[in-house]
Amino acid sequence: MNTVVAQLQRQFQDYIVSLYQQGFLDNQFSELRKLQDEGTPDFVAEVVSLFFDDCAKLINNMSTSLERPENVDFKQVDSGVHQLKGSSSSVGARRVKNVCISFKECCDVQNREGCLRCLQQVDYEYKMLKTKLQDLFNLEQQILQAGGTIPQVDINETDTLLNFANVQG
Amino acid sequence: MEVCNCIEPQWPADELLMKYQYISDFFIAIAYFSIPLELIYFVKKSAVFPYRWVLVQFGAFIVLCGATHLINLWTFTTHSRTVALVMTTAKVLTAVVSCATALMLVHIIPDLLSVKTRELFLKNKAAELDREMGLIRTQEETGRHVRMLTHEIRSTLDRHTILKTTLVELGRTLALEECALWMPTRTGLELQLSYTLRQQHPVEYTVPIQLPVINQVFGTSRAVKISPNSPVARLRPVSGKYMLGEVVAVRVPLLHLSNFQINDWPELSTKRYALMVLMLPSDSARQWHVHELELVEVVADQVAVALSHAAILEESMRARDLLMEQNVALDLARREAETAIRARNDFLAVMNHEMRTPMHAIIALSSLLQETELTPEQRLMVETILKSSNLLATLMNDVLDLSRLEDGSLQLELGTFNLHNLFREVLNLIKPIAVVKKLPITLNLAPDLPEFVVGDEKRLMQIILNIVGNAVKFSKQGSISVTALVTKSDTRAPDFFVVPTGSHFYLRVKVKDLGAGINPQDIPKLFTKFAQTQSLATRSSGGSGLGLAISKRFVNLMEGNIWIESDGLGKGCTAIFDVKLGISNESKQSCIPKIPANPRHANFSGLKVLVMDENGVSRMVTKGLLVHLGCEVTTVSSSEECLRVVCHEHKVVFMDVCMPGVENYQTALRIHEKFTKRHQRPLLVALTGNTDKSTKEKCMSFGLDGVLLKPVSLDNMRNVLSDLLEHRVLYEAM
Repeated sequence: MNTVVAQLQRQFQDYIVSLYQQGFLDNQFSELRKLQDEGTPDFVAEVVSLFFDDCAKLINNMSTSLERPENVDFKQVDSGVHQLKGSSSSVGARRVKNVCISFKECCDVQNREGCLRCLQQVDYEYKMLKTKLQDLFNLEQQILQAGGTIPQVDINETDTLLNFANVQG
Repeated sequence: MEVCNCIEPQWPADELLMKYQYISDFFIAIAYFSIPLELIYFVKKSAVFPYRWVLVQFGAFIVLCGATHLINLWTFTTHSRTVALVMTTAKVLTAVVSCATALMLVHIIPDLLSVKTRELFLKNKAAELDREMGLIRTQEETGRHVRMLTHEIRSTLDRHTILKTTLVELGRTLALEECALWMPTRTGLELQLSYTLRQQHPVEYTVPIQLPVINQVFGTSRAVKISPNSPVARLRPVSGKYMLGEVVAVRVPLLHLSNFQINDWPELSTKRYALMVLMLPSDSARQWHVHELELVEVVADQVAVALSHAAILEESMRARDLLMEQNVALDLARREAETAIRARNDFLAVMNHEMRTPMHAIIALSSLLQETELTPEQRLMVETILKSSNLLATLMNDVLDLSRLEDGSLQLELGTFNLHNLFREVLNLIKPIAVVKKLPITLNLAPDLPEFVVGDEKRLMQIILNIVGNAVKFSKQGSISVTALVTKSDTRAPDFFVVPTGSHFYLRVKVKDLGAGINPQDIPKLFTKFAQTQSLATRSSGGSGLGLAISKRFVNLMEGNIWIESDGLGKGCTAIFDVKLGISNESKQSCIPKIPANPRHANFSGLKVLVMDENGVSRMVTKGLLVHLGCEVTTVSSSEECLRVVCHEHKVVFMDVCMPGVENYQTALRIHEKFTKRHQRPLLVALTGNTDKSTKEKCMSFGLDGVLLKPVSLDNMRNVLSDLLEHRVLYEAM
């Protein structure tokens, strides 16, 4: 029984570290995990699902705005991007946030093609992250069902690497 | 009239001769005509023939000769002038052509001859190459055999399989009649027949190792041809009719583990060899070829290597088995020890409890008894009972403590306490006895001694009490001085100067008395359990002798050192110990027993805060953060709602100002308007994604008390909140 738990825990650790290293998540996500305790056992899951719902809604709105090339409401798109950027940095969705930054630039210069491209990319990124986090939560459930505890992952090293990567741009 | 130049036919004289000449000429002519035809025919068949025109010339020459001879036929009888003319013409032509041909042949024939020489040369070369090819092929065959053999031999690490396989494969490759391996016996004086190819159960017989033929084979690494009659080769009963095949023997070095020095190939000074004997089939007239001998030598080497590998493997397997056994034994021993310890602990715990209860009863009741009306004798008796039971209780405590100390299961209970007060208390406890014995005690505390320290108060007191108590116990006269100071050197490493850092320092306590003193030889024994020095003075003072041992253990736990110096019997002694203590940040006069080491981690439980954020996700995250810190959080998603909901109970309002524009900032102004009295107004903190100065200035100008950079970490939020509540302003948290 213990080895099953240990195996699952190792799997979990490797998976989450890989997510950090591949740039899907950053430090903020680990901060979120710190906020989860016995009183709020599903905190992270709730925040994350709220974020994904938010994403879907915002992306939908923005795609409607960008639909017709003659009158694009860039103000609305801008506000949508702003929201998305804020949300993604709150949960630590690094890749989504990065796409939002370039999306904002396209929006500032009113480049519709660029905006559409970024929109597609955002869609892709958030869906990818959703799948990955779903897998992560499944792993967590498995560990809990097997009677183990979720391991704390120390991503300080990963963090340094990511910071370095961020500095490099 | 024509002159007849013709010669008178001599018909009647040599008629027979004529006839023969006639016939010969005829045949010659035929032959001469047919030769060129044959030539042409055959040359046409062969594609390669240079000098075609020579052929033509030759052909012409022959045809003309033939013609001449043919025409000759007509000249035997009378013939006309025309015939003579033709004959002459033919002859002339023939002469011309033949001379030309003769001249030509002078040039041609050497060429033709050289062609022949070249042909011969090439044939020789071809024969030579064939031979070499044969050789190479043989070598390649040998190589292949060796590789195959090696592969077979090296594919196993089992000694028997190696040797058996060697013999089998060699037998197959070289088509041997018999193949045998002689191994040296344990004594090394004989060779024993260990493996043979054909015989299934070799008769176990031995030959002495000192035979000349064996020495000869062992002396060289090459395969040596030996006589079929030598004792090592006579494996089968000789039945007489055989002409025994040739026998070859080769040595196989047996390498030991000890031969393999690190960085050093095994010297072949190893004396142990095995002998491999190979016999060709009898009556086959086969001979040992060089390449076969080479093969045998190579195989012998490979076998040696494979055997040494097998030996190493055996060794390592043996070692591993041994280790496993030892492991099992150790494991068992460990478990037994653990059981023993647990049993002892259980025993101690039980006994402790069992013993303390009646002890407690005795002490309590005796004390009560003391309070009642008693006769002097009764009082004396009760006092003795009380003293003895106190002593017994102390003994029990000491024993329990010591056993826990030895386990390492004792942990220091750290807390902040007043060091100066501790010393004063100890002195107060000791003073009564000292006064009775007329021993003045003085206390010197160094001026730089910190007042509030972090450490195990109870145990430190125990140590000081023990040492000072000993000083009082063993002194009949003189004074006792207790000095406490901060020491600059770690006594365990006297050259290493410890600068008291902000968090720790080493306390040194010196207790000097002028009492009985200790024999320097006895000093090491002092700290051992239950040992007492033999002087009479100590006999009467009681005590279990555990005090110093326990003190030493405690001092060690506090990462310190304790020792005693004495100049000799009757000259008093000084007990000194160092312990490591932490410096406390608290400078309060009142001694609060358990102040948490870092007051910044104050509890925010029940702190009411308001969070305003339009973004649902980040609102939720901020709420989670604050809830985790224990705050009571209300969330709003717009400025209007915020203004509606905010009240004086809220101590802090976190507002998100990420949205462009100033409406969020204006909320701050509104809040300022709403709460005119400063102490009622909640603190306003902006959450923003920008760190630049303009944002900061903007916040300040709109009356915000602080700015926080999103996303906020847990530690950050904690620090910020405590700073904020302390100072009511926060502009450093960027």
